[in-house]
Amino acid sequence: MAKIELNVDGKAHSIDADPDMPLLYALRDDLGLRNPKFGCGLAQCGACTVLVDGQPVRSCVTPVDSLGGAKVVTLGGLVKDGKPHKVQAAFIAEEVPQCGYCMNGWIMTTVALLDKTPKPTDAQIEEALTGLKCRCATHVAIMRAVRRAALA
Amino acid sequence: MNTPINRRNFLGAAGALTVSVLMPGEKASAATLGLEQRPPLVPTKLASYISIRADGSAVAYFGKMDMGQGTDIGVAQMVAEELDLPADKVIILAGDTAHTLNQGGASSASGVRQGGAALRNAAAEARLVMLELASKELGLPVDDLTVANGVITAKSDASKKTTYGQLIGGRWFDTEVEWNGQIGNGLSMKTRAKLKDPKNYKVVGTPVPRRDVEWKLLGTADYVGDIKVPGMLHARTIMPPVAGSVPTAVDEASIKAIPGAKVVWEKNMLGVVAPREWDAIKASRQLKVTWSDVKAPFPEQKELYNHIRNAKVIKSGGAPKNVEPAAVEAAFKGADKIIEATYEWPFHSHASMGPACAVVDFQPTGTTTVWTGSQKPHYTGIGVAKILGVNPESVHAIWVAGPGSYGRNDAGDAAVFAAIFSKATGKPVRYQGMRHEGSAWNPKAPASIHTVRAGVKDGKVVAWHFHSKSFDRLNVSSNESDPADNLGGQMLGHAAKPGLTYAPPENSYEFPVKQQTWDVVAPFLDSMSPLRSSHMRDPLGPETHFANEGFIDELAYALGQDPVAYRLATVTDARDKEVLKAASEKAGWKPHTTARKQVKGDIATGQGMAYAQRDGTRVAIVAEVDVNLKTGKVHARKFTVAHDCGLVVNPALLTKTIEGCVCMGLSRAMHEEVLFSKENVSSVDWMTYPILDITERPHEIEVVLVNRPDQPPAGAGEPALRPIAAAVANAIFDATGVRLRQAPFTPDRLKAGLA
Repeated sequence: MAKIELNVDGKAHSIDADPDMPLLYALRDDLGLRNPKFGCGLAQCGACTVLVDGQPVRSCVTPVDSLGGAKVVTLGGLVKDGKPHKVQAAFIAEEVPQCGYCMNGWIMTTVALLDKTPKPTDAQIEEALTGLKCRCATHVAIMRAVRRAALA
Repeated sequence: MNTPINRRNFLGAAGALTVSVLMPGEKASAATLGLEQRPPLVPTKLASYISIRADGSAVAYFGKMDMGQGTDIGVAQMVAEELDLPADKVIILAGDTAHTLNQGGASSASGVRQGGAALRNAAAEARLVMLELASKELGLPVDDLTVANGVITAKSDASKKTTYGQLIGGRWFDTEVEWNGQIGNGLSMKTRAKLKDPKNYKVVGTPVPRRDVEWKLLGTADYVGDIKVPGMLHARTIMPPVAGSVPTAVDEASIKAIPGAKVVWEKNMLGVVAPREWDAIKASRQLKVTWSDVKAPFPEQKELYNHIRNAKVIKSGGAPKNVEPAAVEAAFKGADKIIEATYEWPFHSHASMGPACAVVDFQPTGTTTVWTGSQKPHYTGIGVAKILGVNPESVHAIWVAGPGSYGRNDAGDAAVFAAIFSKATGKPVRYQGMRHEGSAWNPKAPASIHTVRAGVKDGKVVAWHFHSKSFDRLNVSSNESDPADNLGGQMLGHAAKPGLTYAPPENSYEFPVKQQTWDVVAPFLDSMSPLRSSHMRDPLGPETHFANEGFIDELAYALGQDPVAYRLATVTDARDKEVLKAASEKAGWKPHTTARKQVKGDIATGQGMAYAQRDGTRVAIVAEVDVNLKTGKVHARKFTVAHDCGLVVNPALLTKTIEGCVCMGLSRAMHEEVLFSKENVSSVDWMTYPILDITERPHEIEVVLVNRPDQPPAGAGEPALRPIAAAVANAIFDATGVRLRQAPFTPDRLKAGLA
């Protein structure tokens, strides 16, 4: 066990944890956040995605002591003054999720994409989102929502 | 109302008042019922279905649940319609065994079709009861009363009025109703009231939004994996390296260094618990286990279909309308020509987005609580009670949204595991599988082969025989109420009770002689098998229609007819014909009697039609594909879906449900195949069990909703999935002349066909 400092959604936290523990468990179990999900533990699905200094990262394979002072943002942290992020608002408007368990990955990855490429082409959207999984198969609704977010 | 309902708060509000209600024709009934004194939850009490809150809004108690398609909203609309309330004044409480009757959970695309119909009747009855109360209060006949937005007004004098809230808000109905005697999907009650004429619908048929979207996207409410109970332990199971082997020795010292980690070993079930989740995971990986030496249970993957073909038949059956086998053979003998083809379909895995999770707080003498993502929580509660050896009445199962559910996935097994861990440790336990448990160890859709034979005489089919040979469709039940049907129960020694049945859905074509038969073969492994088979979204539909609709295409071409024209000539039902026409017209179907093989560069394009009925719903689909002749990769670019599920309750949610069915059907057709070695299932994650990627999505899904207000609403959660594989295979044939009779449609299979 080691003392580990984390900066999550703009707040500083200090936890006692096994340095090898993936960030996901720190967020879910130590900080009590419910947004990043355990999907595979293998970086294959994206359900656990968070932004680390703006980059989408699979928290299920990111050792909790590897972050240094990096700023971690989770899905819940996208909400500012009670207002959903434009990507969340677009996914809400399109009523994208079915079970919704995967949505964390799609939204966090889209936020990172639009930060870098505000007006992406469909090909750029696909390039950013390929590999993320959605078992309810809402892929066409996801595309509509990402395009809507880019126009917002 | 976009936030999830806090059960305690809103039920508290519902039961806050303690005032007597006078029921017409009855003695004064002391309905001094707070939350704790709700009338017994039995199907003969109106209060079991519906209540009115102090503010005049309604709560409907739904013994099914919504898995994310908006079934609850459809039901809210049906209830609101009969109550003359706006939809946002109806709250649906679903899947809590303390508050809802057992309506079977999510099952068979029956949420609206059966579950909604029962609550609609309850709403109509509740409205009538309130009109009778108002009649008494206002001293006017019921016929003189009208309702709008929960306000009851006299037609003869608009100043005379009362409201639902004033009449009974915050109290329970004390009305007996006539129950139809069924539990599960068929549960319903009769109403004395006349149901509203669909011509006068105001709420049904409108695009009321879902209520679970915001919290799912903002992370502001719990999934089952987020449930935390004070003092709970985290648990993980340890599955055998060779299917069928069991632990014979466990070295507890191997996890000694992990704080609080403990082994739980009960008969053949092995797991670990720890106060911290990561510690439980580490312990499950570090624990040194000796496993019994068993014979590898499976054949080589490539031998799967040969195995089924040659395996001993342990159960046979046929369709109810079958004729004597001799009459079938006579019809074939009279044919000029016999056309035959065999279609093969692998095991499929639910592979839900996350492995299942459940939390169980076992109380040997009080109420045991189960938080589960299972789509059938009433049955989950019974299964947990049996494994714990307590009365089912003492188990309270609460459905909480889980990581997706498409039938009998791993959720029920997770609840049973959590119960075993909780009993063994005396603590509340949160159990979650790891990815391999969600992909490799959940119940599977059975692998099968289907041989279709048609006897043709004078250009017409005179005999049709569809024969399936498959693993059991219910090697474990479609619900988890019996320990014999649960992985944990089997590990504790409950002998499996296989259902030994196949009984697949039939197609809807008419032929002079039509026969459908099936054979079931034995499982590779009788107990604790990662290939135990059960129901998965549209059970047996995609595979039997891959064969049915593929073969109808083959027949059409063999008879020199256009596939759409041939279907239209061979179905008899007017609604079937209408969806076939609607889909083909909207898609711009180009009639053809041979594969067109339209090629530009490396890309061949084609159109394919497939069609199906499912429990009253009709769906016809045209797929358009691009086949890369060099790589063998297929892109199903566009789908046109004509969908008739009777009365359309919510067009927006119906359309999205259909889109999801199309893409999941496409995933299953293009990718899905459970892989196994001789030792074990080797589809353990998303690399070894790939599903549809966003780059492979259809670029367009055009949906034509055929609304039939004169017909009851039928299901939509499964029907559009049924014809997808066939539509794609038929389009591939039009594009390339290659007839795929084995799924999934991988580039290798395509290239083999093109070679």
